[in-house]
Amino acid sequence: MDASLIKSGTAPIVARAQALFDDLSFAAAREWKAAQPGRKVIGYMPLYVPRELIHAANMLPLGILGGGDQLEVIHGDAYYQSYICRIPRSTVELGVTGRLDFVDGMLFPSICDVIRNLSGMWKMLFPQVYVRYFDVPQTYRDDIGGNYYVNELAELRHDLGELRGQPITDEELRRSIALYNENRRLVRELYAFRAERPWLVPAAEVYLVLRAGLVLPVEEHSTMLLAYLAAAKVEDRPRRDNCRVVLTGAFCEQPPLNLIKSLELSGCYVVDDDLLLVTRWLTGDVSTEGEPLRSLATAFLHHSESTAAKYEPDEKEKGQHLVRAVARSAAEGVIFAAPSFCDPALLDRPMLQHVLKKAGIPFIAFKYAENSGQMQPIREQAGTFADSIKLWSGT
Amino acid sequence: MTATIVTPKPGPAKEVAKDASMVKQKDMMASHYDRLTSAPETGEKVAATFVPGNLNELIMCFGLVNNLPEVNAIQNGLRRTSGAFVLEAEKIGHSEDVCTYVKSDIGMMAKGNLAPNGKKFPDPDVLLLSYTGCFTFMKWFELLREQYKCETIMLHTPYMGDGKITPNMIEYMVKQLKDEVIPKLERISGVKFDIDRLREYLKKSAKAEDDLVWVLQSAKQKPSPIDAYFGGIYYIGPIFGAYRGTDDAIEYYKFLREEVADRMAQGQGPVTPDGDMGKEKYRLVVEGPPNYTNFRQFWKMFYDEGAVVVASSYTKVGGVYDFGFRHDPDKPLETLAEYCLGVYTNRSLPMRIDMLSNYIKEYEADGLLINSIKSCNSFSAGQLLIMREVEKRTGKPAAFVESDLVDPRYFSAANIKNRLESYFQMIEQKRAGARSAA
Repeated sequence: MDASLIKSGTAPIVARAQALFDDLSFAAAREWKAAQPGRKVIGYMPLYVPRELIHAANMLPLGILGGGDQLEVIHGDAYYQSYICRIPRSTVELGVTGRLDFVDGMLFPSICDVIRNLSGMWKMLFPQVYVRYFDVPQTYRDDIGGNYYVNELAELRHDLGELRGQPITDEELRRSIALYNENRRLVRELYAFRAERPWLVPAAEVYLVLRAGLVLPVEEHSTMLLAYLAAAKVEDRPRRDNCRVVLTGAFCEQPPLNLIKSLELSGCYVVDDDLLLVTRWLTGDVSTEGEPLRSLATAFLHHSESTAAKYEPDEKEKGQHLVRAVARSAAEGVIFAAPSFCDPALLDRPMLQHVLKKAGIPFIAFKYAENSGQMQPIREQAGTFADSIKLWSGT
Repeated sequence: MTATIVTPKPGPAKEVAKDASMVKQKDMMASHYDRLTSAPETGEKVAATFVPGNLNELIMCFGLVNNLPEVNAIQNGLRRTSGAFVLEAEKIGHSEDVCTYVKSDIGMMAKGNLAPNGKKFPDPDVLLLSYTGCFTFMKWFELLREQYKCETIMLHTPYMGDGKITPNMIEYMVKQLKDEVIPKLERISGVKFDIDRLREYLKKSAKAEDDLVWVLQSAKQKPSPIDAYFGGIYYIGPIFGAYRGTDDAIEYYKFLREEVADRMAQGQGPVTPDGDMGKEKYRLVVEGPPNYTNFRQFWKMFYDEGAVVVASSYTKVGGVYDFGFRHDPDKPLETLAEYCLGVYTNRSLPMRIDMLSNYIKEYEADGLLINSIKSCNSFSAGQLLIMREVEKRTGKPAAFVESDLVDPRYFSAANIKNRLESYFQMIEQKRAGARSAA
């Protein structure tokens, strides 16, 4: 680690991440593309796509997470009824206003009906762009879901190869897998460190640093993570008398950054969350030996996160990932924060709450939109929750 | 604040006009509910499953009785009990934003779980999560599994994102059927799978499907002898529900076909709850499910104006047969896969646009009407683009109304009526424009 990175502290790293976050023209990705002729950029939406495949084709995977609270949605609203969440309308806004005109392909993962249908809309609206609905198995046997997934990955690999004019080799893929393994290890390390000393790595900073990974090449992002971790570990920040919470339900449409900040300001250290799951969807290293598509499939089937968009075949396991997250991060409660009209998160919520109730874990719930501006009610709710935990837990 | 749903008191009883086929259909539905609610006495085992991706032929191979929660929610909508059930579900923690079929079902369970015949629904022995065209299905059965603690079998149908069925999709589904679904159904039912029995049922399905398609396509005639949306909902009941693959279905669709043929021969339009429809003035294609809590009121807004629906996407939600697909006994598992893959909501948005545009042309419709359902993202997300694109391709006007499946809070009669009236005026203007240009 370059000592100068540590010396300059977390501030410049966070500032860089903030600038990337604020930039709705995606200048960094545009610059990356322009730096060498023939480079291509592939956008993807939540929840998960195997970014290794895109990287192996020497392309830049670019996470598209809607327009946040700084984008005025004018055109996008004309595509959606009022009872549909905000992320598709701001994503359409990004598209029709030309902010994504440098993007050569878009992947729409299997997460919900809205994103699914957006894949078809994108085909209609941007016929020059490579568009793929990225389906994943909801059955987890290697010889059933695994074979299906390997073939889906092979199709994507073939298409990306065609797009660059040269097939993706196994060697390229293994190299990319290794780089993403390293990136995920660093993300996990950051999460573990935050669970241990949350006052040193505020949730909003962790979010920004992670979010930068959706715009930057993985190599550069890993360097950023390393630098941030190293700098954060030696920084002196005051420890507050906050309670420790797990934030859940925010795996697709993103909460405003102010919301994340508000939670900590109101007395809750976020010690785990399901934000930006693509950065740690696979919970262990993907094998760099053997057939790489099979390795990615095995990791997806057997070593991936649990979330509402994924079927849980075992009733006893339903919601246990949350109980485990609470235990792992020594959390004292759970905050359910779901985007308005988010089918997966909101349909899942009662089941998860039953599990938490049984486990004696306190929780609160609210909804948000990516452009929610009024934080006072959330601050009050989270503050009261924090107080109740401080005052009444364990009594 | 607590919302209160006021159910209007029924007015003086007025005889509702029905075709003989509608009466027959109603009897079939009633008979199925009787069979279902008698299961604890008869010892029959029950499989809950969904309309899109309904594997009725396979279910019958194991002697299981099919219970369709969506159909139960529809029944509760039509009987105006769903509003209270939805509120009950919201009271126990379900979000106001999510599918009202689910909330009606959960609320009904909380309030005694009574079938339309007043008897209690039996607990399912298995939840066959045939997961096609709608993400909510997955969550719905996870919610039911939590209540019933019974086995859940997942059959995952990939989405036709690229507008085609690939060999990988078929292989995946057949493998699930062979190695997961069938062995589990054998174990739960205690009945060994007999592929020839399945073939026999599939043969029967194809026969009934032929007649259903004939009936739906009869709307190409002018005047249309049927209403392919409001009336169509009656017609699809047996084949989308518990009767596909049975002799009863063959008999029903033969009977229906004869009835419709008779109406065609006499140049008659559809039968409405108020009797024969008058002169056919507008021919429409409708996209999206209907509202069930005010079904007749909604329908009346059409037939009072002489509007008949000649084709609809909703009547394809439990199977798309009018492009030639039939259940094929020669490839029994592959055909079940193909059926699931092909249901309307599993088709990509461009496919849906093609389908609706073609309907407008083939059925010589005056335009497209979209009934956008608040709590059904599978249908609703993207409908505004569908509307614009269909208008562009066909040159016919389109209109957009909003309601909900079974939540009466979202049926605003005055708004919908206003929109429809404006829409009919728009069609008139378009016609006048065309006449003056000619």
